[in-house]
Amino acid sequence: MKRYDIVIIGAGPAGLAAAVAAFDDGARSILVLERDREAGGILNQCIHNGFGLHTFKEELTGPEYADRFVRQAGERGIECRLNTMVMDIGAEPGAAPDAHPMKYVTAMSREDGLYQVAARAVILAMGCRERPRGALNIPGYRPAGIYSAGTAQRLVNMEGYLPGKKVVILGSGDIGLIMARRMTLEGAKVQVVAELMPYSGGLKRNIVQCLDDYGIPLKLSHTVVDIQGKERVEGVTIARVDENRRPVAGTEETYECDTLLLSVGLIPENELSAGLGVELSPVTSGPVVNESLETNVEGVFACGNVLHVHDLVDFVSEEAALAGKNAVAYVRRLEAAEGGAGQAARDEAEGGAGQAARDEAEGGAGQAARDEAEGGSDSVEDAVKSADNESAVVEISPRSGVRYTVPSHIRMSHMQEEQVVRFRVGDVYKNCFIRAYLNGRQIVSRKRPVMAPGEMEQLKLKKGQLLEYMEPGTDSYCLEIKVEEK
Amino acid sequence: MNKRQLICIGCPLGCQMEAEQNEGGEVVSVKGNTCPRGDAYARKELTCPTRIVTSTVRVEGGARHMVPVKTKEDVPKEKIFDCMEEIRRLAVTAPVAVGDVLLADVAGTGVALVATGNVAAG
Amino acid sequence: MDDMLACRYMTLEPAKHRKVAIFRRKMSGFEVFYGLREHKVRGNPRVSCGLKAMDDMPACRYMTLEPAKQVKRGIGMYDVIIIGAGVSGSAIARELSRFRGRFCVLEKEEDVCCGTSKANSGIVHAGYDAMPGSLMAKLNVQGNRRMKALSGELDFPFRQCGSFVVCTEADAMPKLRELHERGVKNGVEGLRILPREEALAMEPNLSDDVVAVLFAPTAGIVCPFGLNIALAENACTNGVEFYFDTRVQEIRKQEEGFSIKTSKGDYETRYVVNAAGVYADMFHNMVSEEKICITPRKGEYFLLDKSAGGHVTRTIFSLPGKYGKGILVTPTTHGNLLVGPTATDISDKEGTDTTADGMAAIREKAGVSVKNLPLRSVITSFSGLRAHEDGHEFIIKEVGDAPGFIDCAGIESPGLTSAPAIGVMVADMLKGKLDLQENPGFVPRRTGILNPALLTAEGRNRLIADKPAYGNIICRCEMISEGEILDAVHRPLGAKSLDGVKRRTRAGMGRCQSGFCSPRTMEILHRELGIGMEELTKSGGGSKMITGGRKEAAL
Repeated sequence: MKRYDIVIIGAGPAGLAAAVAAFDDGARSILVLERDREAGGILNQCIHNGFGLHTFKEELTGPEYADRFVRQAGERGIECRLNTMVMDIGAEPGAAPDAHPMKYVTAMSREDGLYQVAARAVILAMGCRERPRGALNIPGYRPAGIYSAGTAQRLVNMEGYLPGKKVVILGSGDIGLIMARRMTLEGAKVQVVAELMPYSGGLKRNIVQCLDDYGIPLKLSHTVVDIQGKERVEGVTIARVDENRRPVAGTEETYECDTLLLSVGLIPENELSAGLGVELSPVTSGPVVNESLETNVEGVFACGNVLHVHDLVDFVSEEAALAGKNAVAYVRRLEAAEGGAGQAARDEAEGGAGQAARDEAEGGAGQAARDEAEGGSDSVEDAVKSADNESAVVEISPRSGVRYTVPSHIRMSHMQEEQVVRFRVGDVYKNCFIRAYLNGRQIVSRKRPVMAPGEMEQLKLKKGQLLEYMEPGTDSYCLEIKVEEK
Repeated sequence: MNKRQLICIGCPLGCQMEAEQNEGGEVVSVKGNTCPRGDAYARKELTCPTRIVTSTVRVEGGARHMVPVKTKEDVPKEKIFDCMEEIRRLAVTAPVAVGDVLLADVAGTGVALVATGNVAAG
Repeated sequence: MDDMLACRYMTLEPAKHRKVAIFRRKMSGFEVFYGLREHKVRGNPRVSCGLKAMDDMPACRYMTLEPAKQVKRGIGMYDVIIIGAGVSGSAIARELSRFRGRFCVLEKEEDVCCGTSKANSGIVHAGYDAMPGSLMAKLNVQGNRRMKALSGELDFPFRQCGSFVVCTEADAMPKLRELHERGVKNGVEGLRILPREEALAMEPNLSDDVVAVLFAPTAGIVCPFGLNIALAENACTNGVEFYFDTRVQEIRKQEEGFSIKTSKGDYETRYVVNAAGVYADMFHNMVSEEKICITPRKGEYFLLDKSAGGHVTRTIFSLPGKYGKGILVTPTTHGNLLVGPTATDISDKEGTDTTADGMAAIREKAGVSVKNLPLRSVITSFSGLRAHEDGHEFIIKEVGDAPGFIDCAGIESPGLTSAPAIGVMVADMLKGKLDLQENPGFVPRRTGILNPALLTAEGRNRLIADKPAYGNIICRCEMISEGEILDAVHRPLGAKSLDGVKRRTRAGMGRCQSGFCSPRTMEILHRELGIGMEELTKSGGGSKMITGGRKEAAL
């Protein structure tokens, strides 16, 4: 069985960014497994522009953004196996609970058949899938012509087929908005976009350039109540909904159409994770992770849409790079514990030394502590405090308006100088504050002019900020993150 | 003075902006933007709105049938469907690589149509 | 297409069209006999078949077929024509194929298992429900007894998981006992009433209100598509002709037998078997003055994700009580959880739409006998129509005023369970009437679509080495490989549509409901069957998947 330091499941934007970052941090034994016939993931079908403003400081299309990362991975010679389905990830059978078990990844492809590889660390980057119609329980017939927006996107953008000519779209998520424009440009007539919620689930700019530009009406607080047509869709009836999202009788309008596109939410695809015993959040359907993006299963990290659904790929890349680096650090720690005879030592010899490796080799108190000591920006006192609070764990508790956070807890011993906490809000908020309270004391307050559920928010926590409010002898902290109006 | 409400499409932030136009249609002020791109967008949007057009072009002899394309720069909004018509009629031969110019001047806009994906010969 | 011949009698001619040959060369190296396909290439009818690689013609695995001279579809006298390729019609066809004769099945849809047989609970009832002495009771118990052996013979998914009827009100106990007694009278084996504690120990998710249950260890679950398709395939292999997209429009009694007018030409036959599900009254009433009336009774269901599949391990019925006839909760043979059905009489025989009311009713009643149902995990809802006859009894007999016309009508629950017995019963009747002789070439066994997941790792690797398509996963939710889809497409009565593939392989039946795999399955159907992408359907007829092609149309 082949052994790798890091096996990454998925070669989409998350998997590729994690692989590149892991490589740049010194890892050389990396394997990326991708089920599709090319790397790049969902970006390959997102042919519209608007990607990469953060990462590359220019506006790229999805395939171009993917291409940058595919090239980066290629230049580094990272092994990526395409057309390969990961069937299972399992922990080492019979390993002692305190050991650092290898993970066994079972994969399959036409060329290689069914095989296993062993990995010290696994990075989950499988992405997400679309919510199907069934999950919505839309009444009516089940004819041809009902597509999830992403499936239609693949047909139109990658296969070159038009799935319909007269279209109603349910859901104003970004894919739905983007597809409204794409179908229009390719000659279809998009009649209406209906959105269950009183606000759009997509980015504002997409409403402007995908709907307004083409005169496509957006009906908020509306849903589909009937689908007509026994063979192919012939019509779709939408109705207004009340504040409990129940259709209001008498508000029905029927649109003649041959196609219904659904853009009604994305679900992180965590069947493999669940099989491995990874704890999943009921809110995000993604793994519960710590500051290192590590799941409850040691050495298993998660990033990108499998962790929580992102709105911007730039943040996926950023998050994935962090997962990649943390996976390297994890492998290094294992090797140090085993006596430094492993990959890290070889890397040292090859001159590819990474910061983390040195830390471990020198027996230091870990990256974070050293940064504190060396960083110079914070006082020596902080460093002392840090040592005191090394074993402290901060549970992050999403409160009023905040639906979830990633990560869900921070181990002070592993916290970097700055920790990005990503989250989404549950409603539209205007001129509100995002505040963080550590054991009841406010440590951060940020004013936000507008927040919407369709957009991911983030809060940057400084280690020093947390330490300032920590007390010797206390190990358990609760960091509440809230939306407040004043 | 004519006040116009706009949402910037320059980046995902989607700034809500208000612009003032005088009788001549000239934009005299822009408010609400968080960066210079917003100001530029508002002025352009109210005088000569433009968009980048993305679509796909048929590929002959390739490992895939379609290659994604975009206009290298933004084109006047009213030219979008003219561009689409030329794109619809275009077919290219594999291999195609990101950045390849497929049309030097799409629909008389003076803007090139470039490939945004790779298609190997197959 | 209409004058194309029965597949069995075709002769092969090599494909002449060079372009076709080149196109075919690119196809997968899947080297089994592909069966014969009627299809269209740019609107022109064509029949092709795939062969094992031929040394003299390596590039041309597919061949165009020339019509043979002998037997033409619809010409000449059939011994028996069965109307309907649902589970009853297919079971009858299969049992008939034990005998020599000329038999065919006419089906209005594009595939077998497209009506009542496709959308039901998939339950193999034990047989305590029907009234003692009724045909329903007799065939239910017989069908139940045959199911296990049949599943071995024809290789379809069946599991004898047992069932509970849950009583949640102490004063309803007499009813539970009555059901028990009825079952004993009907000859159901192993029936027992279990007290609350024992029942909860066996099914911890039963309602907290459970008083006692009727345990029927002989009850089971079956894949309704699997059973129907297996029966039809085996019948086809044994010589029964199947014609799809063939709608029977008129049946006329003639001097000898009947003439049947269909949307695809006329047929003549000595005997007609009317296994037309919700349409059986229509055909019966064409030939008889003693009218019958079949009412489509709609049943709506929720199918839950496999993560909920273990919520109960047996089929859980509720004892009819103050909530009316209850909703059942059952595992399926593929590991999902099924909740339903409702029961609403409707007039539209094609009225398989789901309704807001129906779905609300399931949600409301589902919790009566099972607690904590994870209805959040619903992956799809669907509805099916039971062919409810006014007398609530199977009508399986020769029509009094139309000799030669045999009804198989009113086949509602426990129709699926009874199908094997119905097949035997009707075939026996016809054997006697037509003096049928044994078919010496009858092959009783049929091998289902290979499920690679059941192989050992070594076995699977040998398979992939031999047929790499088995290493290529197409449906990632159900982990279905290209090899299984190719098998489904190329076997007798193979799949021609996305739903056809889905019912045979489960590709597209999983939690994403074909979001990821439908474009890839379409590509396979297009490549393997030569059906233009724009002609591909979800389920035959006008259910086209796409409306526009690769921009070449504009050229």
